[in-house]
Amino acid sequence: MRGAPLDLDQVIDTAQIIVCCGSGGVGKTTTAAALAVRAAERGRKTVVLTIDPARRLAQAMGLSELDNTPRPVKGIDGDLDAMMLDMKRTFDEIVLTHAEPVKAAQILQNPFYQALSSSFAGTQEYMAMEKLGQLKATGEWDLIVVDTPPSRSALDFLDAPERLTTFLDGRLVKVLLAPAKASGKAYLKVVSVGFNVFTSAITRIIGASVLQDLSQFVAALETMFGGFRERAQATYDLLKDRGTAFVVVATPERDALREAAYFVERLAEEGMPLAGLVVNRVHRSAAAGLTAQRSLAAAEGLDPQSLTAGVLRLHADRLLLSDRERRMAERFTSAHPGVPVVEVAAQPGDVHDLDGLRAVGAELAGG
Amino acid sequence: MADFSSVRLHVVSGKGGTGKTTVAAALALALASGGRKVLLMEVEDRQGIAQLFDCPPLPYTEKKVAVALGGGDVYALAVDVEQALLDYLHMFYKLSPTGIPARTLRKIGAIDFATTIAPGLRDVLLTGKVKEVTVRQQGGRPYYDAVVLDAPPTGRVARFLNISHEIGGLAKVGPLKNQSDSVMAVFKGAQTAVHLVTLLEEMPVQETIDAVADLTEHGLPVGGVIVNAVRTPALVPADLRAAERGELDLSALSQGLAQAGLDPACAPSLAAEAAEHAARVALEERGRDALTELHRPTYELPLLPDAVDLGGLYELAQMLRDQGLA
Repeated sequence: MRGAPLDLDQVIDTAQIIVCCGSGGVGKTTTAAALAVRAAERGRKTVVLTIDPARRLAQAMGLSELDNTPRPVKGIDGDLDAMMLDMKRTFDEIVLTHAEPVKAAQILQNPFYQALSSSFAGTQEYMAMEKLGQLKATGEWDLIVVDTPPSRSALDFLDAPERLTTFLDGRLVKVLLAPAKASGKAYLKVVSVGFNVFTSAITRIIGASVLQDLSQFVAALETMFGGFRERAQATYDLLKDRGTAFVVVATPERDALREAAYFVERLAEEGMPLAGLVVNRVHRSAAAGLTAQRSLAAAEGLDPQSLTAGVLRLHADRLLLSDRERRMAERFTSAHPGVPVVEVAAQPGDVHDLDGLRAVGAELAGG
Repeated sequence: MADFSSVRLHVVSGKGGTGKTTVAAALALALASGGRKVLLMEVEDRQGIAQLFDCPPLPYTEKKVAVALGGGDVYALAVDVEQALLDYLHMFYKLSPTGIPARTLRKIGAIDFATTIAPGLRDVLLTGKVKEVTVRQQGGRPYYDAVVLDAPPTGRVARFLNISHEIGGLAKVGPLKNQSDSVMAVFKGAQTAVHLVTLLEEMPVQETIDAVADLTEHGLPVGGVIVNAVRTPALVPADLRAAERGELDLSALSQGLAQAGLDPACAPSLAAEAAEHAARVALEERGRDALTELHRPTYELPLLPDAVDLGGLYELAQMLRDQGLA
């Protein structure tokens, strides 16, 4: 592989925030947990925010429930806290912090709010970034490691703060709240045409009582908009900060690397600080000198049921897989030669204890 | 007779990385064979279908992408949510997509709001489109013999399919309520099956089990379980067990290598590879046992030696037919 080596020890020793991202099923959560364990054991006070860890991995870190509170991880030679994100609770907390008690109660009771905060896709992205901002604001940790949600697009979370800001600044909110406030006659005309069409369409689509709930919801939220916008902007700035490091995770497969490439390009466009790429679950062989062809040719001359023939066939399969993985990874590095890369070997089973995480951490740091 | 011959809407979900798009495409090819007309849909803006069928990014129109074995057409559609909204407004409210009202809606951010900010609304539009193509008729018979949906991953699929129910809960009466009821009637009916794609690994198996519970709880019909990328054990059972315990007979292996004219010094490295393989096979066995407990029809697809190309898709389609999924 031609990419410059990625020095993750240097990253975990100096960064204040590490964001692990990549498409679903590539091992983001395990990578985040392994980096956090390693950072803590290298002397940094660390917290890891996970979204949806595998049960046994969660148990290994002592996470038995979604309670939105960082809890110390036992068995670490250092200072590590871990938490799982509870998105509804995070949302409720924002409302309770930013709205007056009466308004807050109205919002929490509103059917739109209840649907939005607990069951709709997309909320997770907002809330993960919100929680990151909160953890950072406490100043309690040297390093925060964040795992990103398994989004439809791995980039959703990056867009979340900006999208929210654009929306809150957008004319729709003004239109929904107070069309009369609009200034300028021509604008007013366009808006009122649009507004009438909009409300009548919405009324026809969803019915008048629903529209009433919706505008009540928007009106109730209005007092919080300033706070929302500020926080979204603050989180976005935090992600761009030099103390932040994005670690893109992929498996050496076409789709995962395509997503990784897209991600790397997007981060560059946004001016977000990329540490590098982790190519996870790479197959290697300690006997690469014995080629696949020779192994297969030799196996053919043997009893197919014999141990030697079986082992040789396995070895040949492994080398072919390893070649294919190398070609995939090289395609990435030739398109993105400036991105540092580190490889992590495939484990035969899932990682679900601290020693397993330490082993992954050691590999992440370059073996 | 295929196991799901009365099903018209096949929803394919799975944990990220399990190959659900590939399986959905193979299923579409399998269902189309013998002269049927099948629509393969995606709803996540990934253009995964175009990549699989090696064609340019799909426009928001139903476009023929493949001919199945023995004749039969696979059409593909990548649903664009903004277009779906404009469609919807056009269909139900006679708003021209290029007219002033639609332009104004765009200008004030209402289109953006509907398609990106209000994520629930996005899913309403997408599921609405899925329902429309499923029930579409021409000349008194279904326009498509089957629709295959490359659905969101397991963690979100029940919520996605159930979105109309959620919205229906917000509206007690009125047009939205009617629309959401009719969508739910299709998704919960006998013409729909939600298939789950998994690998024989801990997380995907667990997510499959969770998804079955989740779907069942929401009254959504669980179809088959498709186990993807299954490995064939390369060793006889006794050797596998020995390898798993790290007790392979190294001297016999060295001897065998020497007899085959190879370097016997490779034996320890090769034994370590065998041990990893055995651990993996054992893990797969445990995964398979856990899936058996679900008592769902289960289908297995092998790990293909290369990344799946068009030829590979036809192979997988044939295997799904042979096993009775289509």
